[in-house]
Amino acid sequence: MIKAILIFNNHGKPRLSKFYEHYTEDTEQQIIRETFHLVSKRDENVCNFLEGGMLIGGSDNKLIYRHYATLYFVFCVDSSESELGILDLIQVFVETLDKCFENVCELDLIFHVDKVHNILAEMVMGGMVLETNMNEIITQVDAQNKMEKSETFIFQSPRQDR
Amino acid sequence: MPAPIRLRELIRTIRTARTQAEEREMIQKECAAIRSSFREEDNTYRCRNVAKLLYMHMLGYPAHFGQLECLKLIASQKFTDKRIGYLGAMLLLDERQDVHLLMTNCIKNDLNHSTQYVQGLALCTLGCMGSSEMCRDLAGEVEKLLKTSNSYLRKKAALCAVHVIRKVPELMEMFLPATKNLLSEKNHGVLHTSVVLLTEMCERSPDMLTHFRKLVPQLVRILKNLIMSGYSPEHDVSGISDPFLQVRILRLLRILGKSDDDSSEAMNDILAQVATNTETSKNVGNAILYETVLTIMDIKSESGLRVLAINILGRFLLNNDKNIRYVALTSLLKTVQTDHNAVQRHRSTIVDCLKDLDVSIKRRAMELSFALVNGNNIRGMMKELLYFLDSCDPDFKADCASGVFLAAEKYAPSKRWHIDTIMRVLTTAGSYVRDDSVPNLIQLITNSVEMHAYTVQRLYKALLDDISQQPLVQVASWCIGEYGDLLVSGQCEEEEPIQVTEDEVLDVLEGLLVSNLSAPVTRGYSLTAIMKLSTRFSSVNRIKKVVSIYGSSIDVELQQRAVEYNALFKKYDHMRPALLERMPIMEKTATNGPTEIVQTNGETESSALDSKHPPSITQPTNQANDLLDLLGGNDVPVIQTALPTKPASAGGELLDLLGDLSLSGIPPMTAYNKNGLKIEFTFERSNPNPNISVITIHASNSTEADMTDFVFQAAVPKTFQLQLLSPSSNIVPALNQGSVTQVIRVLNPQKQQLRMRIKLTYTLKGAPVQDLAEVNNFPPQSWQ
Repeated sequence: MIKAILIFNNHGKPRLSKFYEHYTEDTEQQIIRETFHLVSKRDENVCNFLEGGMLIGGSDNKLIYRHYATLYFVFCVDSSESELGILDLIQVFVETLDKCFENVCELDLIFHVDKVHNILAEMVMGGMVLETNMNEIITQVDAQNKMEKSETFIFQSPRQDR
Repeated sequence: MPAPIRLRELIRTIRTARTQAEEREMIQKECAAIRSSFREEDNTYRCRNVAKLLYMHMLGYPAHFGQLECLKLIASQKFTDKRIGYLGAMLLLDERQDVHLLMTNCIKNDLNHSTQYVQGLALCTLGCMGSSEMCRDLAGEVEKLLKTSNSYLRKKAALCAVHVIRKVPELMEMFLPATKNLLSEKNHGVLHTSVVLLTEMCERSPDMLTHFRKLVPQLVRILKNLIMSGYSPEHDVSGISDPFLQVRILRLLRILGKSDDDSSEAMNDILAQVATNTETSKNVGNAILYETVLTIMDIKSESGLRVLAINILGRFLLNNDKNIRYVALTSLLKTVQTDHNAVQRHRSTIVDCLKDLDVSIKRRAMELSFALVNGNNIRGMMKELLYFLDSCDPDFKADCASGVFLAAEKYAPSKRWHIDTIMRVLTTAGSYVRDDSVPNLIQLITNSVEMHAYTVQRLYKALLDDISQQPLVQVASWCIGEYGDLLVSGQCEEEEPIQVTEDEVLDVLEGLLVSNLSAPVTRGYSLTAIMKLSTRFSSVNRIKKVVSIYGSSIDVELQQRAVEYNALFKKYDHMRPALLERMPIMEKTATNGPTEIVQTNGETESSALDSKHPPSITQPTNQANDLLDLLGGNDVPVIQTALPTKPASAGGELLDLLGDLSLSGIPPMTAYNKNGLKIEFTFERSNPNPNISVITIHASNSTEADMTDFVFQAAVPKTFQLQLLSPSSNIVPALNQGSVTQVIRVLNPQKQQLRMRIKLTYTLKGAPVQDLAEVNNFPPQSWQ
């Protein structure tokens, strides 16, 4: 099971945080800080697996991360997930984001964090992997976005988008 | 009031903040605006406001006032509202808030909505944060959706079902009929989530496991299709067809095949096929191989397959990719217990990994290396591990040192090698060894009698080089104290003996006492060592001087020791040789044992004077009486214990040597003689107080087995007072090979005839024995 998915930049600022287990708000922030601390210390050419920090469950949980340009994508998983498989999943996630946002960069994630959540919701549900086919995911996300846009049009709401 | 700003605006504004305080200010301002907007029940902008709230929540600011608003959004008809509402529910709400139950009805309606995306949203939210109450209410709806033909909904329903089962395990039965034809789906998404559902059900219930075993052929077929199908653009990831599904199926096969021969049989072929046909150039191929290896190791596979698996792991170890090496080391660690020989073949590669730069890999390699050490490779492995110990990070040193000690203890080829290894660890990582290793080492050294001279010489040389590592210094000073005479006499056989004079040795020990680097415990060790040397060296005056100087030390522990040693020089000089003689070989007791011994050893000399068992030391009567007098005079309470202590046995041996002397002219008597156990009483009269009789019991055993857990108890009539001191041991050796002694002091102020009732309990040949007896035949001189 995936316990949490975190995206933060090189300075530790959170860009996305999704927890699949219940933690209080304070604990969530602490986890983000602790994870950043652990991951940022890592050298470039070491392996992408780390033991989890104290807060997120200790030795049973692993942090699997990938560093792309200015962002760290960190998946905190327990022992039932395959480490190499999760690495591939991170890759698929980033490629999907790339397709959806057209050459995605950190700014896209900053200004459209809700859209990133929607894409993630099509891939991982309840801590388990839902869909890994990039095209399928993009199709679904596009259809839902279209629905939103059509509503805006029908109801003549003063705001265009959020 | 003006329209609330868009999320984008908010984000832009926040990004312009230059300090944390500025950011906080902006956010507070916006929160206030949002709050007032919520109060106005503004439907049009609610969605926008909640989106902003969620963003602020991500940055770490409190957003709980938005929870109810999320619910209102969920209840709205618009898809946009619902989307944000559900997202907010997932991020802000959890089962601890009562508010979440209000969602149940909304979700129920949405699960039956005409638009699949709304249904999807509802399933997603339920699957992420549904509480057990919600799951119970909505399980029926989820089950219905599991049977629908819409693959988008079916896959979401499957994962939602997993969540429901996790929250409410009793509902698992409900989903059983729906799983019947899950595997015949063509859609990979549905297949994937169905396999997850099946995995969860099998892990939770052994009945389900047996039920689903019949699916093994179907799973094997699906896997085969995936491998053989060739290029399929929709599922391709780096040249392999849907690796995620392959990995999932392999995992389910692992669970189904565990401890079941038939299923394992059915899987053998496909596993071999996957293992040999998968491309290993990319990470995806390796992920599949890794899963295959884990599956092979877990099920009842044939040995050829197992060897194949371990060889794959060995190949992984040589891979350039760090991740692969890490994963290989982890799995080897899991399999080393069961397939020890196969893993041994890769030992050299594993040892090479010790030199890797990556911390995680080094740690795994270290653990695996310790697991691989055995009697044959101990010398080579130890060389590598010691080299590793020299150069590794401080976090590793403690674990590595303890590992080295354990391995050395189990497989040491010779005592000398063992001691050399320990010396090496102490000199390189001395400050990181664990506290309990000092007494363990001391015990080991004591027990290797022939190596004493060699050991003390090497330790002395190490001390000359470096006195900063406390465990090393402590062990060294203890050894010099014990075996200093061997050091000075230059008797070493194993290596070139060094020429050391007594003064040089005392210089070193005194240096330890004054050095700033020494911990208080170490100072205690060296003071005791100096004291012990007073019986082994001839320069007693120097030692006397040192000891008397420390009699006024600020450190209370040192002061106490020095004062007592001083007293030993002055008043009890005759006892000094006996007290300070060589320690006997210690038995290996539980981990606490040696620590006690070392401490009591340090304390024995000093506490001899207020010790709890003075009469065990048999000396000419008047001096023993002086001791008792000291005891009688001091108000040191003599504690009544029934526990044996080792130093008493050392004294006890002395007693045995001199036991036959009839000390005060009162004849000994046999108090009890039954079933092979004989108890004799010998008497002493304490001169200053004629009312006190001191009786020493000697228990001996003429049967063929030892009597263990021997406890002697005594009771006297009311006019007497009785005090029972510690026995020398509670094992009475067989065939009269030794005896247990214990001292009884009887106060008899009215000079009445001494009578006693005794109770004996012991275990002989596993059976407990208990006996009562009366002792009436005391000789008149004992109580008159």
